[in-house]
Amino acid sequence: MAALGSPLRTWRGLLRELRYLNAATGRPYRDTAAYRYLVKAFRAHRVTSEKLCRAQHELHFQAATYLCLLRSIREHVALHQEFHGKGELSGGVCWLSGSQVAPAAWRKGWEP
Amino acid sequence: MWRRCLRLRDVGRRLLNLPRSGLTASEGLGPKLPTPIRAYVPPAERKRFYQNVSISQGEGGFEINLDHRKLRTPQGKLFTVPSEALAIAVATEWDSQQDTIKMYTMHLTTLCNTSLDNPTQRDKDQLIRAAVKFLDTDTVCYRVEEPETLVELQRNEWDPVISWAEKRYGVEIGSSTSITGPSIPARTREVLVSHLASYNMWALQGIEFVVTQLKSLVLTLGLTDLRLTVEQAVLLSRLEEEYQIQKWGNIEWAHDYELQELRARTAAGTLFVHLCSESTAVKHKLLQG
Repeated sequence: MAALGSPLRTWRGLLRELRYLNAATGRPYRDTAAYRYLVKAFRAHRVTSEKLCRAQHELHFQAATYLCLLRSIREHVALHQEFHGKGELSGGVCWLSGSQVAPAAWRKGWEP
Repeated sequence: MWRRCLRLRDVGRRLLNLPRSGLTASEGLGPKLPTPIRAYVPPAERKRFYQNVSISQGEGGFEINLDHRKLRTPQGKLFTVPSEALAIAVATEWDSQQDTIKMYTMHLTTLCNTSLDNPTQRDKDQLIRAAVKFLDTDTVCYRVEEPETLVELQRNEWDPVISWAEKRYGVEIGSSTSITGPSIPARTREVLVSHLASYNMWALQGIEFVVTQLKSLVLTLGLTDLRLTVEQAVLLSRLEEEYQIQKWGNIEWAHDYELQELRARTAAGTLFVHLCSESTAVKHKLLQG
């Protein structure tokens, strides 16, 4: 079985990501279908007398996978906007475009 | 040294007929220059054209509504998914778009569209064959012979996953340093083909997608069987890159960018497989005593 960490940590991470997603719209994240579904799913699998409940583990795995999805999309978009957002050529030929982004990106790459 | 670099930059600019001040996508070139060269401008992104996103249940499954419009696939079919959780996740993707719609962040929507439209026109057997074919060049089976530290790292990190897969499915996989890769016995292929045949068409699309991203069927099986987390599987897939990064340094705008993109795609594919293959059944436990 995969080492997932504590369900509480995953739950907190999911709430954080839902807050980020809804920050731009200004709508509270508790109003979203995703939040309501996650609350229902976590509650449904909380009560069990078995120590190793496969269904519980499956839910936690899916929740952790969804958290990874939301987090990595957010970080990917942030990196895209910081380094690739101006539509210039990427990689080694950045310097030809003369854009201000390229030299900074190269400098950042060589920082210790 | 810097003067030489600046001189080279000027030579480069002159070769491409670029003006000294540099070129941006919005500037035009004067009529005297023969061949205008513009920086690549990606096609304009679609603006967000809807206020509310909701889901509803129709005949074929769950549908996504953007305001009063029903979402459709690129080929015009009604967008319907079999699972409520998947529908909610897709609706969340659409609702999280801000001013413009960034399709490259909407991996679950893309996977659903692929499953509904099947643009490559592949049937179940073809999808299974495509996934099992990766075993011949599976990342975790392909070993280097040097440097010694990388050889040891591959052995320590990849051997346990291969042993797990061999025990779990009762097959032989092994690893190889040969350029042709490991020789996979026919029986191993048969067993894995019949295992994958137990998945439905949608889940298989997801499995084939993850295999293509990670370049490994063994790691994908680790994900579908809850043996590895997405972060672990991505790390194992990128083991040599991580080794080189530790040695030579990290370049945020390249390495981290690729890492986050791979994590996002793998997580989307894994979640897609799980949500398409589960069946929710409520079992009431008998109260004792």
